[in-house]
Formats: sequence, C-alpha cells, structure tokens
Amino acid sequence: MPRGEQPMVPDAEFESYYGRPILKEPTWKTPDVPLYLFLGGLAGGSALLAEGAALTGRPALERVARLAAAGGAGAGTVFLVHDLGRPERFLKMLRVFKPTSPLSVGSFILAPFSGLATAAAGSLVTGWFPRLGRLCGVAAAAFGPPLATYTAALLANTAVPAWHEAHRELPFVFGGSGAAAAGGLAMALAPCAESAPAVRMAALGAGVELAASTAMERRLGMLAEPYREGMPGRLTRVARGLTVGALALTAADTAMAATGRRSRVLRALAGTAFVAGSVTLRFAVFEAGRASARDPKYTVVPQRERARARGERKQSGALG
Amino acid sequence: MSFSPTSLFGRLDDVQSDAGYAEDHPPRKGFFTDTSVCIGCKACEVACKEWNHVPDDGYLLTGMSYDNTQALGASSWRHVAFVERPLDVAVTGFEAPPPPVDLGMPAVGPAHGEDQAASSGDSGVRWLMSSDVCKHCTHAACLDVCPTGALFRTEFGTVVVQPDVCNGCGYCVPACPYGVIDLRKDDGRAFKCTLCYDRLKEGQTPACAQACPTESIQFGDLDELHERADRRVAELHEKGVDVARLYGRDPEDGVGGDGAFFLLLDEPEVYGLPPDPVVTTRDIGSIWKHVGAAAAGLLVLGATSFTSRHLVPRFLSTSLGRRR
Repeated sequence: MPRGEQPMVPDAEFESYYGRPILKEPTWKTPDVPLYLFLGGLAGGSALLAEGAALTGRPALERVARLAAAGGAGAGTVFLVHDLGRPERFLKMLRVFKPTSPLSVGSFILAPFSGLATAAAGSLVTGWFPRLGRLCGVAAAAFGPPLATYTAALLANTAVPAWHEAHRELPFVFGGSGAAAAGGLAMALAPCAESAPAVRMAALGAGVELAASTAMERRLGMLAEPYREGMPGRLTRVARGLTVGALALTAADTAMAATGRRSRVLRALAGTAFVAGSVTLRFAVFEAGRASARDPKYTVVPQRERARARGERKQSGALG
Repeated sequence: MSFSPTSLFGRLDDVQSDAGYAEDHPPRKGFFTDTSVCIGCKACEVACKEWNHVPDDGYLLTGMSYDNTQALGASSWRHVAFVERPLDVAVTGFEAPPPPVDLGMPAVGPAHGEDQAASSGDSGVRWLMSSDVCKHCTHAACLDVCPTGALFRTEFGTVVVQPDVCNGCGYCVPACPYGVIDLRKDDGRAFKCTLCYDRLKEGQTPACAQACPTESIQFGDLDELHERADRRVAELHEKGVDVARLYGRDPEDGVGGDGAFFLLLDEPEVYGLPPDPVVTTRDIGSIWKHVGAAAAGLLVLGATSFTSRHLVPRFLSTSLGRRR
C-alpha cells in the first residue's frame, strides 16, 4: 500500500507462497487495451447518435457522430492488433467463432462494425451511394451497443478477481461510459443548435455509469479495494471527478439554455470532460484488475471464504 | 462436438467425447504428484526443459528459498516449490529428527550433542517441496477463452497450445485460475506444459515423470491415478499424517477436477495454489445476459436522447442535487 493511505479494513490474515501472486497478471499492454476499451464505447455510442441524428434531420451532428464511429473503430482496431504478440496473425481471430470467448465474439462484432461504420462515414463525406451508406449506418447502429458493452465481458471472463466478480455491473459501467463519451465528443464538436440529443445522451450515460460503479463497488466488498487504493484508486477518483464535473457543467449549460442564452464554450468544455472521464475510467478499471491479480490476498481470501460458506451450507444441509 | 449442461461446469466424466472425439478415444492421461516423497531435486524441471526445448527464462537468485524458478510460466513448465515451515509435530504428525549421534570425531564449534536447532531456538524445520505443473483442467478456462482455437483438447484429455495458430492475444493468461500459462516476451505467443503430447503419441511417459527419482511424479490413466492417490492418502492418515490431502482430485470441484492433481501436506495457498479455483466460464451465461441487458439499455438510452426533451434537465437537477 502506498504511503499516506490507510487501509479501509484491517488486512485479512492469509497464507501464500512467499507473498508471490497466484494468478498471472494480464499481459495486455497499456495504453493499447484501455484505449481500445474506451474507443469501443465511443464508437458504439457514436453509431447510435449518428443514426438518431439522421432520423431527426440533424446533418452536422450526424457528420460528427459518423466520423467518430468510423474513427473510433479504426483506431481501436489498430490498438487491438498492436497489442497482439503476433500482430501479423490478427486474422486468426476470425478462424473460429466461440461464444465462450468474448474476444472471439468481440472480433465478430468489431469487424462488421468497423466495415459498416467506415462505409457509412465514407458515403457521407464523399456523397457516393447515399442510400447504401445510410443502410450501413443503420447496421452499424445495431452493432454499436454490443460493441460498447462486450468489452465488459472481455474483462469479466477472466480469473482476475476485481474483474470477474464485477461481471454483473461492469457492462452497465462500460455502456454508460460509452454513451457519455459519444455524447461528450459530439457536444464538443457539433454546433449547439443540433447537439441537444448529444447532451442528453452524455448526461444519461454518465448517470448510468456512476450508479453502476457505485453498485459494483458495494457488491465487490473487499475486492473493491483495488478500485479505491493506490494508482487505480487515484484514477477512479479522477474519472469520477471529471464525470461529475461534466454533469455540473451540463447542468449550468442547460440552465443557461433555458434562459435563451447558449455558450458554445461551456458545452464544449462539458463534452470534453465527459470524454476525459470515460477514458480515465477505462484506465482505472484496467489497472484495478491488474492490481487484484498481483496481490495473492485477493485470490486467497475470497476463495477461502467461498469454501468456508460452502462447507457450512453442506453441514447445515446434513444436519437438517 | 457435443454440448451438454456440464460442458462448461460441473462433473464431466468423458472430457474427450465432450470435445468431439469418437467413443474409442484413448483413456484420459494425467499426473499424480505426491509431494510427500518429493526431494526437491528439480530433475523434472531439467528433463522438461531438455525434452521440450524450453528456453532459458532468466537467471535470477530470489534469496527467498532454494526456489529460483519462482513460478510456472511460458518457459517453466514444471516448477518445484520449496517451503520452509517451523516443525509442529502436533499438527503434522511428522516427528522431529532424532538428535545427532556422537561418533567421537574431532570437531570445532559447539560441543558434541548440543543440537544446533535447539541452540538457535528452533524446534526444527519442515520442508515442503512440490513440483507444480499445468493442471490440464476438465473445464479449462484457457481453452474456453482462446479466440483462435490455438488451445485444444487432445485425445488424451490434455490441453495443448498449437504454436502455429496462436496469435499472442494473451487472453488465456488472466483466464487461468492457477496462473500457469503465459506469453513468451521475445516470441509473443503463449506456452505451457503439453503433458509431452509428442511422447504420449508414442506411448511414452512424459519427460518429468520419467526423470523423477522418487516417483513423486506419477503418470498414467487418470482413473488409475485417482485410485492410487486415494490409497496413498489413506496410508498417510493411518500413519498419523493427518495433514495429507488431495488437491484437484474432486471431479465436482470448480474446474471439474484436474488432469494433474496433487497430494499436499499443507493448505494449497502455502504452495502458491488457489484454495478454491473456479473456471471463469462457469459464469459466461450470466456475463452475456448482463452484457445483453446493458446493450439493450444503451439502445433505449440512445432513443430516449432523441425523444425526451425534458428528461435530462429533470435528471440533472435531481441527481446533482442529491450529490451535494
């Protein structure tokens, strides 16, 4: 534990092999993988926003969101491929389809999403095949929510205690965070006259993210420590500060808009804070998982507790 | 490939059939590592390295014990753990060694008959040595999460990586509940024990078991090894060694039992093993259900952003008001 921090609960007694970790720390590189988690959320949310903008006749918002969806998916794919130990073999991902592997399922979400979002954005920018482009946009919007949330399954379907035990809430944390990022980016880049739905998406997404994070930490109990302590703890606090700050700026922006005055700067500032909060959150969750894998305490103590509870249930069953 | 309710979790008696092998597949092979007779010679580590051409994984003196291998990894497929514990006869059933016999030889230092351990205040040390290896789980998380199909179940029921398919995504690494498999940094791909798949195909014993001088590492049909292990643990209990217990033997445990299981003389975590491992994919149904709900929620959230004009101002004023 870093200096200056007090343990929230007294350290649980446990045995280990010279304090060495039991689990292997994830080998996924940073910033590649946390950025990929963020970009997946941003792109998925943006594809939804783009289709909504197209349906409601907001061309400037549509343009920003379509480019964000295509750009996010493209950059995310680059980070994902770069993270591989053998990047030249990235196509091996599409060799089989395995529902037990979120990375396999995710590849089959990311690949069509990237293609469709790129086609939709390309059609919009060039003006070629507008109908086909729009159709691609609709399909991309269908793949958007899965793209923004499957990354939670990617982390949760591991033996890493702080990720696995969070599997019920993490998809909502990531989904909310993705909406906040997509809404936030559009708030920052689209004109005020068209970005009202982006404001709503960002604010609602941030609300979902904060509520789900709170529920997650409550359920995790001792396993919430890695999210609160040390470097991941600091990241969690920064992420939360940015998201709450963005909500406060959005409230001010909404109040001003109600009086008929609109500040482009204020809205852009709020949007940027949403995006920054979303990025930081992914780094926080990523690092918290690594910390929980490193310390044998988080492997041994919950497993001992689980085995003890099972023994008690068996005993009471045998007696009763 | 057949999919049954116990394909992912629970008791699975014929793991090869579940993986799609025909009924006439060979019996499931495995290791029974009896740590009560391990002498810590590390012949298994060396034999494994030699046979499998496993490269050097760094020369590092830990200073913590005789164990400089430290852990299983991409380039350590057998790992001998050395644990020094104070001797407690009441707990272990092992008796302290008899005092040294004075042979009348000339010597310097403390007078003869003065027990060194006694003079340093120790009642003695108990050595625990254990040769760890990939567990070749019945429900193997590494295999379940591998997106390329590089990891596969062999006809012997073991779990093996195909190096020509692995693209180094690293998903198997945090998925393993035992921390066994890892990426080789300079190579980029994942490696682990193959239970000497090549030797098995020729009807030979894996290199580590072949080299073990005390038969601490026993190789054979898993059913037969189970019987042998049950007899051995009963024999030790009879002799008063109540601490002896089997680890990874139970086909009902969190990974459906291990293909490589152990006789231990202390709690698993003392040897660096997880006390109650569970395959992560036991929860894959719940994981996808929650992802599905969140994705549907996100779709609704998106639609709401375009349809409800008044929701967000209300939400902002209430949620921020509560926070303050």
